[in-house]
Amino acid sequence: MTTNPELQGRSYPAGDVYSVGRESIREFARAVKATHPAHFDVAAARELGHADLVAPPTYAIIVAQRADAQLINDPDSGIDFSRVVHAEQKFSHHRPIVAGDELVAELHVDTVRAMGGGAMITTRAEISTVAGDAVATTVSAILVRGEGQ
Amino acid sequence: MNFSELAVGQVIGTRSLEITRADLVRYAGASGDFNPIHWNERFAREVELPGVIAHGMFTMGAAVQLVTDWAGDPSAVVSYGTRFTKPVPVADLDGAPGAVVEVTGTIGALDESAGTARIDLAVTLDGQKVLVKAQATVSMA
Repeated sequence: MTTNPELQGRSYPAGDVYSVGRESIREFARAVKATHPAHFDVAAARELGHADLVAPPTYAIIVAQRADAQLINDPDSGIDFSRVVHAEQKFSHHRPIVAGDELVAELHVDTVRAMGGGAMITTRAEISTVAGDAVATTVSAILVRGEGQ
Repeated sequence: MNFSELAVGQVIGTRSLEITRADLVRYAGASGDFNPIHWNERFAREVELPGVIAHGMFTMGAAVQLVTDWAGDPSAVVSYGTRFTKPVPVADLDGAPGAVVEVTGTIGALDESAGTARIDLAVTLDGQKVLVKAQATVSMA
């Protein structure tokens, strides 16, 4: 299986809506060992001026990786998921993610570089509300390891 | 927190992250990332890894908690990025920590006009960096 070098510049339109729920924020917060009350207690979040529970700083990865799945599962991409290693990740928040948000992500394949027998792929997810307000931009670099890498 | 009391080089805190196999299963469930390299030893070895490794995003997500707690509001972390340079193998030790990752946060830069502080995170396993250029920008406004 070889990564398709023609992927660069491709984009995938926003797919399914991701509904951010309170329990999802609480579960994710526990999973990254977060203890800040604004992730768990609605009153504590409101005291800080938020409409509802606030997501941890890396929560947007859930939405970003769902968008990435469109690329990885695209039969034309040639990506072997079992050989994918995360190389780089960046989050830029345009506003906090809170429970009740309805999010969508548009995926852009910014670069594809051959590396040994494998490939380094940089993707960017533009995450917004269904109403079109920008929420976060995430950039991921994944390395698809070639044989012996 | 008063911006004028901050200085580049100040350490904001340190933390030890004790990681068990159960932590990786919990992260898989919460994040939706079920890649078997994070929970299946046989599979991980078949794809030439040293064994089950932590999700890079688990380590990244747990390391930034030091910054969140220091900032006092999780939404103050306006940007956060890192490179993943070494895997974090997590041994199966019957519930005892299979890896211990050390995190130290230091003020790397201050931008008074933007009202932001850049926190540089040193994240190590057995003295070796597992995250490189792990930097979080905190809005102090």
